Order: sequence, then C-alpha cells, then structure tokens
Amino acid sequence: MIPKDLLYTEEHEWLRLQENKVIIGITDFAQKELGDVVFVDLPEVNLVLEANDVLGGVESVKAVSDIYAPCPGRIAAVNEALTDTPDLINEDPYGEGWIVELEIEEAPKNLLSAAEYEEFLNKGE
Amino acid sequence: MEQIIFEKSVPGRGEKYLPQLDVPEEDYNISEKREVPPTLPQISELDCMRHYTRLSHLNYGVDTGFYPLGSCTMKYNPKINEEVANLPGFTDIHPYQGEETVQGALQLMSELQSYLKDIAGMDGVTLQPAAGAQGELTGLLLIKAYHQAKGEERRDKIIVPDTSHGTNPASAALCGLKIIQIPSDDKGTVDIEALKQAVGHDTAALMLTNPNTLGLFEENITEIADIVHDAGGLLYYDGANMNAIMGYARPGDMGFDVVHFNLHKTFAAPHGGGGPGAGPVGVKDFLSPFLPVPIIRFDSSKEKYYFDYNRPQSIGRVKAFYGQFSVLVKAYTYMVRMGWDGLKKASEIAVLNANYLMQLLSASYYQPFRGPCKHEFVLSPKNLKSLGIHTLDIAKRLMDYGFHPPTIYFPLIVEEAIMIEPTETESKETLDTFSEALKMIATEAQENPEVLKTAPHSTPVGRLDEVMAARKQILRWLTS
Repeated sequence: MIPKDLLYTEEHEWLRLQENKVIIGITDFAQKELGDVVFVDLPEVNLVLEANDVLGGVESVKAVSDIYAPCPGRIAAVNEALTDTPDLINEDPYGEGWIVELEIEEAPKNLLSAAEYEEFLNKGE
Repeated sequence: MEQIIFEKSVPGRGEKYLPQLDVPEEDYNISEKREVPPTLPQISELDCMRHYTRLSHLNYGVDTGFYPLGSCTMKYNPKINEEVANLPGFTDIHPYQGEETVQGALQLMSELQSYLKDIAGMDGVTLQPAAGAQGELTGLLLIKAYHQAKGEERRDKIIVPDTSHGTNPASAALCGLKIIQIPSDDKGTVDIEALKQAVGHDTAALMLTNPNTLGLFEENITEIADIVHDAGGLLYYDGANMNAIMGYARPGDMGFDVVHFNLHKTFAAPHGGGGPGAGPVGVKDFLSPFLPVPIIRFDSSKEKYYFDYNRPQSIGRVKAFYGQFSVLVKAYTYMVRMGWDGLKKASEIAVLNANYLMQLLSASYYQPFRGPCKHEFVLSPKNLKSLGIHTLDIAKRLMDYGFHPPTIYFPLIVEEAIMIEPTETESKETLDTFSEALKMIATEAQENPEVLKTAPHSTPVGRLDEVMAARKQILRWLTS
C-alpha cells in the first residue's frame, strides 16, 4: 500500500507536502516491519531541526526506530493522539497515524515518488 | 501457575513473627507516624519458604541449561570463583579501612589491572565502572576530557556502524555527544568509504566492537584506525565480544585507544539476574591522566600498595569506592585459574563451537553472511515468513525444547535476526541437541506452523501479550 499522492524517503517515511508545511509519518511497509507499535517519542512543538536530525522515535516490542527530519524546519504540530493510542500507526499509517507537521522554508530534496519507493522496496526483497 | 505472595495472604496468618512485648509500651508523638499498617502479605514461614523455593525452581540459568544469548557470552561461571570471593579476607573488609590493613585486596586489584592491560594491549586501567555500559560512558568521558584538554571541544561526534550494540549510541548520547551512524558493506563489516565520508574535524571517536555483532572480524581494522586517527579522532573498543580474541589479537595492537571489558561476560563472573556486572576500562598512555580516581599503584620503596588520588586531570570518580569488588575477585580467580594459555584456548573453542553450530544449521536456516564466524553468528529465517512464521515464534518454541532462546531481532540490519553465541563451555553433545531442536522447529514451520505460533506450550505461562504489557503497564500489585 503506497499512496500515489505522497512522497517517500529510503528511511521508510512518507511526506505530504503542503505550501510551507510537510506532514510526516512512517510507511505501511515500515509499520509492518516494526510490528505492534507500543510507544511514540514525539518532539516538542517549536523545536527547530536541521536536515537528518532525529525528530522522534517509534518503538515496537521488537525495536526502536528513529524518525529523521527530511529537511530543515520547525515542528509546527505533533500527533498527540499517538501518546495514548500508538497503535494508530499500525492501523492507519498514512492517515490517523501521522506523526509530526514540520514548517519548512524550502521543499525537501531527493525524495522518492510512489513508483520509485515501490521500486526501492522491491530491490530490497 | 504459582500465585503471587499477596494472593496467598490470609489475615492474621503472619502475626506470630514478633515475640511478646516485654518492655513498657511508649507512645511517640511524631507527625510521620503511620496510621494504617503496611499491606504486607500474611503468610506462615513454611508457606513463604515453599513459595520462594518453587519460584526458584522456575528459574532458568546457565546452571540449568544452554543459554545461547548472542553478544552476552553466557559461559559457565566456575563455582571456585564464588568460593574465593566468599573468603572472609574479602567479605569482611570495609572500604574505609586503612590501606595497610587491606594490602591483599589491593594486590589483587593491582594484578587484575595488569592482566587486563596485557590482554587488551593497553597501558592504564580503571576497575571502577559497574557494568559494560558504564564502562562505555567512562571511556567516552575520557575521550571528551582528552579533546577538551587539547582545546578541541568541537569534537562532539561519535561514529558508530549500524551493527553496533545499542548501548554505544546510548552511552554517547548520555555523554552529550552526537551520533553519526554509518552503514555496513555487503560483507557485513565497516564500509570504508562511508567512514571516510563521516570523519572530520568534529570527530570525537569511532566506537567499534571487533568481532562485530554479526560475529565477523573487521579485517580492515588497521585501515579503519588510520582513517579515524588521521582525522584527529580516537578509537573506542566495545569489549562485549572479547571472548573471540583473547590471546590471539589485542585491541591495543589494532589501533584502539580505549577499551572496556565485561568481566561478567568474558571473565566468567555471573551475569544478568545473577550479577552485578563489572566494566573496567583500559586506555593507552596518553589517556591515563584522565582515568577516574583512585588508581591502585605499588610503591616499591615502601613495598606497599596504595590508592593514588593525585591525578589532577582525572575525570573524577565514576562509582563509589573501588568498583564491584566481589566481581573483580571472581574475574581474577578465573584468570589465574585459566592462565594465559587457558584464556587463549577458551577463545579458540568459543570460535570453534560457533562455527560448528553454524555449519550444523546451514541447511535449515538462511545465513545472511557466509564464511567463518568468530564467537557468534546470525541466522535470518526470512524464508519462513511466507508461512507466517517469524523469529519470535522460533524463539518461543525453543523453550519447549528446554533451551533459553538466543538474542533475537538484533543486529538491526538483519531481517528477522537470530543471534547465537554458544561459548566455549558447551559440549559437542549440547550443540548437537540444540541444532536438532532448531532443525525440528524448521520442519514444524512447514508441517505444523500453528504449534510455533502458539508456543511456548510447556512453560509455566504460555505466550505473553508483550504488546498489551507495553501499552497498558501495571507496575504494582493493587490490593482490592
């Protein structure tokens, strides 16, 4: 399940680009690999990040996985619902399971289209 | 299943422990006086004894069975270590006693420092850190102090490969350093090009375990050391996997500047719940001034051992007193008993056992990295995923065969990883039986996958709901 209208990173994050904002979550592939998510480490709102900074983490019974900022920006909002119901990431990774909203000045570069991400996944199999 | 002790409680049952009051009763009038008695379980001495004895029988340890936990070196802990550590000369002394009255204990610590220096090729050692991760923190504090003393505070980046033990980046973060993770190459070792890209004027150190967590020896280690040193960084050796190389290779000779030892792994002190651990740190000469105080030294003119506190560049203490003393005694006993040749033989057999077991399993389980391993190896049963079987199911099923499961889902770069470290103390028969069990499980995965998915079946409790336990934590017993 790879929605066509999103962009992707090789770290299995999805991005929904809006004017000066980007909403970030992890892909369906990532949530399946992690298994049941038990905790999401969310950043403080207004935190300023450089590209590739760790902005949070997703923890399952198997592993903890970092989430990286795809470009410089400021945390505009976090999905508070994940604090009590981290399983939203498993149930609806592209919707209710969004993680943060990043306010950005320039669109992030080197992202993958849905087709390119699918190809990237197939290569890894 | 055994009830918990509060469930066994019967009101009034536990009231007979205290003798009759035979002195006048005084009321004391303080604000902290409690108004409600503590809710302790009420149980007879016999029932209490039986409860805890039964619980102890449910325990599983190296003394009851094979415990192939990768990167943990669950070797047998010889009982002579306990006997020596329990000698009154060691148990009945106090850390505040004068040096002249504990010369034997100081001699033991001093000699242990020397042995560790010899084994790792280092010049100075502190015995203080209480565990491997505290050893890492201590080592990183030393590295930080060194860069600061040189006026190079800007060196705040720690480079770790993506196979590193999780404690490496965690210790670096605790030390206030930033982490750069570099990928491994196709062979499972450090990607030299990625390392060259990562080093720079901000490099504090590279943390590496060698052999790495895939059980592979970093063959380019001297080139790796040169790259890091040329950039002005230092090399930290995570000693968790030292059981593979004792007497054959020394971190100091490979180019490492700092190393921690896990006495509770490599040197046969008890581990896990049977701890505590001990994580001494060794350093090259140029880092010695920064070691924690005190260091144990020998004054040859007075012929006595003493604590050296006169170390102005020291990072200070990292633990109260002198480290986990009884663990030091156990590790010392082990080393003296084994001797240099014995330690070398231990590494030889540890590597042989791992390779033997890996070969036995090669037809049944996919091995992501071929070729000889060192003391441990990693399997990847990703071929069973199509049957709905995951590593967790295999690990749980192993309990039904009477084995402690191996380390699973680590290292992170291997899909469905199973990481097995047999150690040198296991017999060929045990390895054969274990491999038969794993082969049976591979067959069951094809023929009866349900028995794996619902395993374990023979343990006091069945498959635990780990997700529920993590999401809805109940951390204390609530009386109704």
